[in-house]
Amino acid sequence: MNSELPGAAVLLVGLATVGVGALGLRRARTASDFYVASRAVSPRWNAAAIGGEYLSAASYLGIAGLILAYGLDMLWYPVGYTAGYLVLLALIAAPLRRSGAYTLPDFAETRLRSGVLRSLASVLVVLIGWLYLLPQLQGAGLTLATQTGAPAWLGGLVVCAVVLAAVSVGGMRSITFAQAFQFWLKLTALLIPALLLAVLWRHDGSPHDTGYPTSRTNVTVRVDTAVTVTLPVPEKLTVRGTVDDRPVSGMLALAPGAHRLGAGTMVELRKGDVVPVLSSLPASTDKQWARPLGAGRGHPLYANLSLILAICLGTMGLPHVLVRFYTNPDGRDTRRTALVVIGLLSAFYLLPTVFGALGRRYLPDLLLTGKTDATVLLLPERMIAGLPGQLLGALVTAGAFAAFLSTSSGLTVSVAGVLSRDVLRRKANRVRWFRWSAAIGIAVPYVLSLPSGHVPLAALVGLAFAVAASTFCPMLVLGVWWRGLTAAGACAGMISGGVLASIAVLTTILTGDHPGWPGALLAEPAACTVPLAFLVMVTVSLLTRDRIPAGVGQAMIRMHAPEWALSQSVVDRSSLETDRSS
Amino acid sequence: MNDNPHRTAEESRTARRVRVVHPRTAAVRRVPSRGVLHEMGDETVLGEIYLRSLVRSQMRLGLLVCACAALTLGGTALWMALDPGLDHRHWLGMPAGWLILGIAVYPVLIGMGAYFVRHAEHNERDFAVLVRDR
Repeated sequence: MNSELPGAAVLLVGLATVGVGALGLRRARTASDFYVASRAVSPRWNAAAIGGEYLSAASYLGIAGLILAYGLDMLWYPVGYTAGYLVLLALIAAPLRRSGAYTLPDFAETRLRSGVLRSLASVLVVLIGWLYLLPQLQGAGLTLATQTGAPAWLGGLVVCAVVLAAVSVGGMRSITFAQAFQFWLKLTALLIPALLLAVLWRHDGSPHDTGYPTSRTNVTVRVDTAVTVTLPVPEKLTVRGTVDDRPVSGMLALAPGAHRLGAGTMVELRKGDVVPVLSSLPASTDKQWARPLGAGRGHPLYANLSLILAICLGTMGLPHVLVRFYTNPDGRDTRRTALVVIGLLSAFYLLPTVFGALGRRYLPDLLLTGKTDATVLLLPERMIAGLPGQLLGALVTAGAFAAFLSTSSGLTVSVAGVLSRDVLRRKANRVRWFRWSAAIGIAVPYVLSLPSGHVPLAALVGLAFAVAASTFCPMLVLGVWWRGLTAAGACAGMISGGVLASIAVLTTILTGDHPGWPGALLAEPAACTVPLAFLVMVTVSLLTRDRIPAGVGQAMIRMHAPEWALSQSVVDRSSLETDRSS
Repeated sequence: MNDNPHRTAEESRTARRVRVVHPRTAAVRRVPSRGVLHEMGDETVLGEIYLRSLVRSQMRLGLLVCACAALTLGGTALWMALDPGLDHRHWLGMPAGWLILGIAVYPVLIGMGAYFVRHAEHNERDFAVLVRDR
């Protein structure tokens, strides 16, 4: 594989990001520029920046990989990501902008007047931020390793370096423009190959397969670590290495069922060979794969519904989303921006489906290694030979790095904002401490990303969504709409929801899938933990009714009255403080 | 100043709200530029009643849109789970399930978002009229 083109593409994207950051440097003079781009970003730029930031490694690489492995059900991921923005628009976008809160801990504190709640929210922001950064850095390592053969730790390091450079020279203003640029880069980088590949596939004939995935070319697959694979039908394969603990070199007739392949084993698939499937992935026929609820999971209907719920409600609790509202001038523009974002996301999410469906046909060997996250990266070169394929591969790689960089920089700014404000607590020389916080904010997940095995990117992101949906979503929704919420209620709800969701998804990631209802509940806990968090929050708030924070009437006016109604003069607070819920 | 996101709790309690933008539409410009809710003076109770009704109508609208989204998405999930004939059907040359989830849901979501934005702004205009004509 030619490693120079993708390498050059990564270099270009990195330079462009830092370059746009440096341009912003001339303008970023004050702390306000640094944190919120002085609120001077127009809705169109802002919408593209939000889209750029929101479309992460999970969207760019992960969804196509999941579709390749699991099929139709995985389309719920992009649908959920888009619907999440709709829920966010409908429930909290304008009120949150008007609340004046810059971070989630800010909101918790100004709304509920509780330092304890602020600390809890800070911890959660850092936790969710790191959970979300982890797959970005892991994806960067995978991308660079796949395309250039570089060691797996290098990609994440490149992302860290570029993000830190861009964030510390220009702050929020420069990232806003860099992220808007990255959105269009990502869209182009998937759109052009998707169109070309779809046309090629049309000319390829025999459009619908129904049997088990078979290799379409002669391809040699190397198994890095010892794995168990499932062969759905008897097949003769050419293998060099160890199979079922016996050394093998040459043609081997394998019975259907599970087989163990030793580390370093080479499997030479010829055209037409049925591909053995990694045991953690479903070995399904293309017919099952293309059908609803064919993902081979237990209780698939529950799993689908719970997944949609987690993503829809988790979006609003992601730490880098709230900051973006604040760069809008007012609540009305915030709503309009959010609507444009839904349009941009809808356009983008048409594309991973094309890659996933074509990947099933042209890259079934990824089922053997389980590295399905590489689908988008490998597909152009697999389908188009020679220089055109390599150029498309480089374009896709550039888009992937744009995804890692934009999401990582948004998350890093958010985590750094919380770290510098709530952990380091330095008042003097704020910008310098912000830069230090950014360094800490991205270094920790980078170190954590190094030993992680092959947890699919979208699954890791799913963990972040489940935790966000079970903690911040009830706090934000009740905080915005219900006068009766108390700090004690919010704390109790966030702790119970967060702890249960974390335990459930961590159990699944660390110990694998479990059978039956317990397994389904552990894999997709949101349908239980989110209502539970709401319930706890409401119950405890009602029990601590006498501790409804003073000034709730004032807070409601701030969040819901249009800006013009409050402009210039301060509302007469004492007379508006008629708090009927207490 | 309000644009400092890292103010302390003490500061935020005493911070004065400052104007960050100019009103944009003609309808808004006719409104007195001083804070309307403040100008009501003795009538702040009335102002708060107006505001409460604005909050209620915005909340109803938000919940309506969320309920529509939930019914649409949940209904689609149920339909796809319970209609066994769906995977044999092809619409526009695509398997029906893939067409629905891969393409068709997105315009529906955009439509719901547009509906929400239009009516939310409408509610705020109604509030403006109420406050002006009090």
